[in-house]
Amino acid sequence: MIEARNISKHFGKLKVLDNISVKFEEGKTNLIIGQSGSGKTVFLKCLIGLFDPEEGEVIYDDIIFNKLNFSAKKEIRKKIGMMFQGGALFDSATVEENILYPLNMFTKMSYEEKLDRVNFCLNRVNIINANHLYPSEISGGMKKRVALARAMAVKPEYLFCDEPNSGLDPKTAIVIDNLIKEITEEFHITTIVNTHDMNSVMEIGAMVIFIYEGKKYWEGTNNEILHTDNKELNEFVFANNLAKQVKKFH
Amino acid sequence: MNVFFHIGRYFMLLFKVFAKPEKKKVYYKQFMIEIQNIGINSIGIVVIISTFIGAVITLQTAYNTENPFLPKYLIGLGCRDSLILEFSSTMIALILAGKVGSSIASELGTMRVTEQIDALEIMGVNSASFLILPKILAAVIFNPLLTMISISVGVFGGWLAVLATGVVSSEDFIYGIQYAFIPFYITYAMIKTVFFAFIITSVSSYHGYFVSGGSLEVGKSSTRAVVYSSIVILLFNVILTQLLLS
Ligand SMILES: Nc1ncnc2c1ncn2[C@@H]1O[C@H](COP(=O)(O)OP(=O)(O)OP(=O)(O)O)[C@@H](O)[C@H]1O
Ligand SMILES: [Mg+2]
Repeated sequence: MIEARNISKHFGKLKVLDNISVKFEEGKTNLIIGQSGSGKTVFLKCLIGLFDPEEGEVIYDDIIFNKLNFSAKKEIRKKIGMMFQGGALFDSATVEENILYPLNMFTKMSYEEKLDRVNFCLNRVNIINANHLYPSEISGGMKKRVALARAMAVKPEYLFCDEPNSGLDPKTAIVIDNLIKEITEEFHITTIVNTHDMNSVMEIGAMVIFIYEGKKYWEGTNNEILHTDNKELNEFVFANNLAKQVKKFH
Repeated sequence: MNVFFHIGRYFMLLFKVFAKPEKKKVYYKQFMIEIQNIGINSIGIVVIISTFIGAVITLQTAYNTENPFLPKYLIGLGCRDSLILEFSSTMIALILAGKVGSSIASELGTMRVTEQIDALEIMGVNSASFLILPKILAAVIFNPLLTMISISVGVFGGWLAVLATGVVSSEDFIYGIQYAFIPFYITYAMIKTVFFAFIITSVSSYHGYFVSGGSLEVGKSSTRAVVYSSIVILLFNVILTQLLLS
């Protein structure tokens, strides 16, 4: 379980996160939704310690993570898989080397075992015959999928995905969403996914929090989200015409 | 922003860079890559520039010392000492600040804005040390060789100019480049080179590592890397010269 307690984060005068508290349970896909610029990425980075929140605590299974030093954090990071919004693949390494990287850092597997794991993960995200290509030689959607493969390579206990399916076609998006849900439930992972895709919310949103201008406005399941009377959340959920039509019929 | 902020952050970065490396094997591989990028790939430019500068120094010394009372060997001696004392250490360092510094800053800057540095941190890597230490070591170890190459090739360029123009006889020139040779000058050049190599790689890394924003900022950081490395080199040139030669 991961818990955030009263997290606030500023950049200069700009208050990006304002007193956010939330608990993310294991074995569930926890979604963070909110419009562009609402602070989702910053929040995720506070959770994994890439940003230091000025106030509040990040707690991983009873350990106060954001107060630890680098080497103590590293022990927890061994159990973290993170998929960045832009992929963050290493440009100078091939697809295969990218996924080998966390395995080299965190495991004592033999080279053959690592290679097996790489191919297994690439298979799960539907990438074949791209092992020796460089990130500049694959498409944007493929980069995202390789990034997810890299994040799941070390069999993480905590999985973070920053907009895993933005930029993917609807079919692949569903494959990725379901893959995240599957491994979460299968391996009992605490998974946190940033998204602004309502499809994902309906498909896999076991728990959803809604962030608006850096504040947590709402928390619930994907079924409750359609019946909420929170004004800002309604505007977000029913932003497009199709959704508005659907609501009318309800 | 104020100077002290940058100086403080620069030394804090160095502190992180020189933390004890964990996975030595990965560092070794990275080090060899940097030897190639920073060292071997600079040989070409050093050879070309040094040859021409050696030739020009020789011709200028020759045309400025046409007084018949001055001994002819002064031309070779002047060429040799200008190269050792100033050109092959300081000027080459400034040129490398342009070539190596800008590429270091843009490489690290791009890694920063595309979150590759964040990804390294998440994988438990001390990104500062992993990315910057091999660069510093490669330059500090390889640049003295570049300086030696520059001195040798420069003198050779001077000799070619002598052959081509006949401003002085080949014998006089060769006598001159051996005349009153002070071995400490080589030590002085090497000390400067090592300092400058450290400055180029660390200052440029600093500018790249702390980029925030997008490709525009990466571009700016690479310009700043060159400007600040050059300024710091010039400053240390004065300081080291006063300390070593006075
Ligand atoms: N390193 C930074 N320095 C200063 N401001 C930042 C930084 N990172 C983010 N911000 C600001 O924080 C706010 C929230 O950004 P964030 O990236 O978290 O948005 P987001 O919800 O992830 O949006 P998107 O859906 O577009 O990815 C923005 O106003 C942004 O300008
Ligand atoms: Mg984001």
